[in-house]
Amino acid sequence: MSQSTTTPAPLAITHLTVAYGDKTVLWDITWQAVPGLTAIVGPNGAGKSTLLRAALGLIPSIAGEARFFGRSLDEVRNRVGYLPQRASVDWDFPATALDVVCMSRYPRMRWWGRVPKAEREAARGALDQVGLADLADRQIGRLSGGQQQRVFLARALAQDADLYLMDEPFAAVDAATEQAIIAVLRRVVATGRSVIAVHHDLSTVPSYFDQVLLLNGRAVAAGAVKSAFTPDAIARAYGGRLNVLEQAVAEGGLQ
Amino acid sequence: MILGYNTLVVLAGCALLGLACGTVGAFALLRGRALMADAVGHAALPGVVLAAMIVATLGGNPRALPPLLAGALVAGVLGVLAVQALTRGGRIREDAAIAIVLSSFYALGVALLSHVQTMPQAAQAGLGKFILGQAAAMRAEDALWAGGIAGFCVLICLVLFQRLRAACFDPDYARVMGLSVARTDLALLGLIVIVAVAGLQAVGLVLVVALLILPAATARLLTHRLPVLLLVSALLGALAGALGAAASAFEPEWPTGAAVVLAGAIFFTLALLLAPERGLLPEAWRRAHRRIAATESHFLRAAWEAQEAAGAGPGMAGDRWTPIAALAAARGWTETYASRLALWLALRGLVARADREIHLTPRGAAAARRAVRAHRAVELHLLGLGATDIAGADRLADLVEHGLPAEMATRLLAEPSALPASPHALGPKT
Repeated sequence: MSQSTTTPAPLAITHLTVAYGDKTVLWDITWQAVPGLTAIVGPNGAGKSTLLRAALGLIPSIAGEARFFGRSLDEVRNRVGYLPQRASVDWDFPATALDVVCMSRYPRMRWWGRVPKAEREAARGALDQVGLADLADRQIGRLSGGQQQRVFLARALAQDADLYLMDEPFAAVDAATEQAIIAVLRRVVATGRSVIAVHHDLSTVPSYFDQVLLLNGRAVAAGAVKSAFTPDAIARAYGGRLNVLEQAVAEGGLQ
Repeated sequence: MILGYNTLVVLAGCALLGLACGTVGAFALLRGRALMADAVGHAALPGVVLAAMIVATLGGNPRALPPLLAGALVAGVLGVLAVQALTRGGRIREDAAIAIVLSSFYALGVALLSHVQTMPQAAQAGLGKFILGQAAAMRAEDALWAGGIAGFCVLICLVLFQRLRAACFDPDYARVMGLSVARTDLALLGLIVIVAVAGLQAVGLVLVVALLILPAATARLLTHRLPVLLLVSALLGALAGALGAAASAFEPEWPTGAAVVLAGAIFFTLALLLAPERGLLPEAWRRAHRRIAATESHFLRAAWEAQEAAGAGPGMAGDRWTPIAALAAARGWTETYASRLALWLALRGLVARADREIHLTPRGAAAARRAVRAHRAVELHLLGLGATDIAGADRLADLVEHGLPAEMATRLLAEPSALPASPHALGPKT
């Protein structure tokens, strides 16, 4: 599904403020995502995951709202995919990789009975896209960490959404898996969809992503990586704590 | 041994209750609601006692079951609501909230119970049986009720199967997809309350949690598939219920609840010990097997390499007598230990023994050659990568070579068909 430039932004956040108890984590975030591949970057505790979770309504926000494609989430749920952090579930759960991917098709199914063949085939196709077709029937606890991450990616892909919110898709995976995942994300974006991913590794931001949101409780900088991912903006986001940053950006060819 | 009509009724009732508990318990366990079932059970006591008091005061028959179970249901739901109210706001964690509610409601129930004993009409109700269960008191209509409840719970679990699975595995994700996890949780909680209350008469409120959790925990040890887990859990629950009821039918002093739970606990223990993949004994067996196989291949490789060291030339060993002492020295083993290994390998037909020497049989020589190849393939591979020095390569190869299939060794070797020379000197370990 292609997005023309006149259509509303895949994700538009206005004045979003979120607190856990007395501690405010996100302050008055206003940000519009642009179609394409976007990284949300910031130090630990900057509220990166919180931003995604609040936008998806998984945690309550004090003020502000998130609109997807110009509408409320409830109206366009079938267009929004989600990839949670891998550590957020119990991987000892009695399910196969295919079972997990099939969960993304539940909203399309009857409540009872077996998963219909068409849905199972769609799930298998998603597993194939991430290179796990052979492991479809393996118990998820017996997959490696990188394979588990790819199962989550396949589950998100099987949702067949237009916007994917991904919480650290590259967390704790080996270099080969990271390459496989970024290749999948590029293919997704090439078909006109959008991906917004929480990302940890500053050095790969310029090579992996088109757009960036630098976050540290507040939106420090946002825009195309070329213009917004500057040493100055990074230093402001990280409070000037990292001097490897200059080097990271230099390696990314931005200076 | 004649099974009377009454015994059959009790058996059927307990089996059906076990079936329902096993089915609902599987989801309760996966959703982390095991303790909630305990809270419901204990919270039910004041409800039962109050119901008996009210019925007695109104002049009704305090032995009638429906009002007592209705009281249990109301109190159980109040207990659940109390837990949820306490955890809201994050001041008290759920485990603490459950402990508080469970003990407070139970204490209230015990206090009311001792008061009730002074009321002549209500005392006849025999409320004490609700604490530890007395299936013998079951009548035909009670068994029918149990059957109806079991059928209802199983049906709901089947209809909600996918919702329950999604909510148990990844509730946040289910929410994002627009599935109402709150409603699914509520349905599960409702099922837990229903089966816990239904099980009160047979199993007793103290132990009803075990009938929910033991079959599910047992099934989890036996399978990785959720549909199979549900089926196994339901059948184990039914079996535990029937066995417990049978045991207390033949030994009337036994409280049914204890018998049912003991049957479930025996199943669980057996599964914990013997489950093919996750059981403790098969795991120990596999570990021992791996260790023995590794030691065997170390012995065979040492025998081969001792012959090479004695001048057989690379790739030509395997057909000479080797002193056990030389072999033991190469591995850093005592000679006694090496002799014992030689005896074991002789029994396996891999070596022939003569006065403190061994000779590889054809099968032993082939196995030894494979072990040497795997070891050197790993060594040379690690050295080629520059990953370690020669001594380190030897040590690392000792650790990883055993899982190495022959094809992998072939892929790692520069000349796949040949047996390369050892990169290091062979002989006694220094």
